[in-house]
Amino acid sequence: MCLGIPGKVLETYEQEGLLMGKVDFGGATRETCLMYVPEIKAGEYVIVHVGFAINRLSEEEAQETLAALREIYILGEEIGPEGVG
Amino acid sequence: MKHVSEYRNAELVQGMLKELREIATQPWVVMEICGGQTHSFVRHGIDQMLPDTLTLVHGPGCPVCVTSLELIDKAIAIASRPGVIFTSYGDMLRVPGTARDLLSVRAAGGDVRVVYSPLDAVKIAQQNPDKEVVFFAIGFETTAPPNAMSAVQAKSLGLENFSLLVSQVRVPPAMHAILGSRKNRVQGFLAAGHVCSVMGYWEYPPIAEAYGVPIAVTGFEPIDLVQGLLDVVGMLERGEVAVQNSYARAVTFEGNQPAQRLLDDVFETCDRAWRGIGVIPESGWKLKPAYAGFDAEERFDVGSIQSRESPLCIAGEILQGLKIPSQCPAFGNLCTPEHPLGATMVSSEGACAAYYRYRRHD
Repeated sequence: MCLGIPGKVLETYEQEGLLMGKVDFGGATRETCLMYVPEIKAGEYVIVHVGFAINRLSEEEAQETLAALREIYILGEEIGPEGVG
Repeated sequence: MKHVSEYRNAELVQGMLKELREIATQPWVVMEICGGQTHSFVRHGIDQMLPDTLTLVHGPGCPVCVTSLELIDKAIAIASRPGVIFTSYGDMLRVPGTARDLLSVRAAGGDVRVVYSPLDAVKIAQQNPDKEVVFFAIGFETTAPPNAMSAVQAKSLGLENFSLLVSQVRVPPAMHAILGSRKNRVQGFLAAGHVCSVMGYWEYPPIAEAYGVPIAVTGFEPIDLVQGLLDVVGMLERGEVAVQNSYARAVTFEGNQPAQRLLDDVFETCDRAWRGIGVIPESGWKLKPAYAGFDAEERFDVGSIQSRESPLCIAGEILQGLKIPSQCPAFGNLCTPEHPLGATMVSSEGACAAYYRYRRHD
């Protein structure tokens, strides 16, 4: 039930007093309620659950996490524990 | 797909699992609260790659599983009435009530419809002014803001033929119930990432402190799951009691403020019965008086219902992390997804359904 799918906001509009948007999930587009992410802009990523964006996905945090993991677990192995120097 | 595929990188996951095996020197029992995470662990086979000393137990975070039998029976009674369109998330249709399920109500001619979003149920109410449209508002904190919005929208549209059968539940009181139990064996928690995406994790440090258990707020992809385990096992090994955010791209300490404000407008806490577990104090949300007109339990007097659970089902013990599905004598023979005895065998997040689907029979 609590599964949330990351999607990219393509456009935002108002419908019956609600902030709505078209959100792209790797090719499939779905209408999504954006009332809980009122500041969101087209091009940003959100987590969508039962037709609602429940939060914004932080691109900065995502990049930082992945870069740190790659450094520790992939580059670290190649370079070895003592590093390049 | 962005924000998904990069968190399934096998090389990274293997490297992280290797580190997990290195740092885990003592036996630890860790619970993942969320049924979505249970499925993800089993689906990706991560449960079979863990250090031998690490025991993963599965928590009660499956709203379909913990919705009380009495409410399922009420849903069946309301859905069976003429003039009612009963709307629900798909998972609920096959959950066994005392005598039957919602799917059999539909087979007998009842108008039971699956909706993707609570706003779809509102739309059905707009399109059918001569019918009573009821939405089965189940879920944890993740689903509460969408469900709450349906009541707000129905009110602003002046819809008088829409109501909610509310079965909202909350994670922190369930953690108190598990950790406070004499039978508890959980030493660390993976907190449910999307619940925290909405609620933040400000409710968790007092729980960690009170029971001396480290908590890692954890996401759903393989890298997220192993990161959560690395963080929680790391804290256990160091003897540290804290709450770490292992899902920073989707979770902040404060959570989603607009969502929490709306929840506060619509819902208030109440005691709630959890299927297989019993009543947990202040573990639920119900509609506030301003929205009581949308309460299906008030609108439909279904009289007294005698609910009775299957005597064979041990879902309650599984949901509290006391047993795993393969320890149930009925698992896979008397109880299967085709003929479920309990909700944990039905839901796409139920632990029994996960074990059955991915063949963890022993």
